[in-house]
Amino acid sequence: MSTKPKVVLVACGTAIATSTVVAKAIEEALKQAGIVASIRQCKAAEVPNYSKDADLVVTTTPVRTEKNIPVIQTLAFLTGVGKEAVIKQIIDVLKA
Amino acid sequence: MSIALGDMLVPEAICVQYPARDAREVIIHLGNLLYEAGYVKDTFVDAALAREAAMPTGLPLAGDDNAAMPHTDIEHVIRPGVALATLQRPVIFHNMVSPEEEVPVRLVFLLALDQPKSQIEMLQQVAGVLQDAQLVASLLAAKDKAEVRAILTDHETRTEHSLT
Repeated sequence: MSTKPKVVLVACGTAIATSTVVAKAIEEALKQAGIVASIRQCKAAEVPNYSKDADLVVTTTPVRTEKNIPVIQTLAFLTGVGKEAVIKQIIDVLKA
Repeated sequence: MSIALGDMLVPEAICVQYPARDAREVIIHLGNLLYEAGYVKDTFVDAALAREAAMPTGLPLAGDDNAAMPHTDIEHVIRPGVALATLQRPVIFHNMVSPEEEVPVRLVFLLALDQPKSQIEMLQQVAGVLQDAQLVASLLAAKDKAEVRAILTDHETRTEHSLT
């Protein structure tokens, strides 16, 4: 296992509102799970550029990624629907 | 909470049981109220409409009713605030995560945000409201502005107590 913290890229349309809420929620969920990760925010359109060194992309809008980086598209951190399942999915990807 | 949603709600921009025919009408109406109250520039409404068309904000919730949170880039905003509308009948927004999907919406938060990655408490509270089906239902049942504000204030008080 590498000691370098995993990088989670959180994307939404404008990187003002939605991804801020999602990033904060993921940060708290990972802290509770004892996982150290670096969480970055960007606009959906910036994902191809910003995702190069990311281990996971979590997005609330459709995105295009260039490489084989896992992408989770979810509204769970905004609406609460399916939140536990998504947190588990994120943890599984980061522990892999 | 340093910034409560109740404090961020612009009193002049709360619309209860608004009889909108479509999403566009809701955004224009709430946007104009924010403009008249001095929160946004005259470019805000067009920018919010364009953003909603390109990147929709419809959110299917756990309960029977759904919400949307239109917003746009910070350069159209003078100072931060939130406009809220409950709708008489649902109007169609498109799903944020899968835009081809239609979401019938009766609760709309139009957000005026003036800094990137800011107003986090306010945004978390909006999300907190959306995640509480009972609260959404009581907001949609509210008959006037005073009732909407009372419901949100009461919710915030309870949230703060549960945190301490």
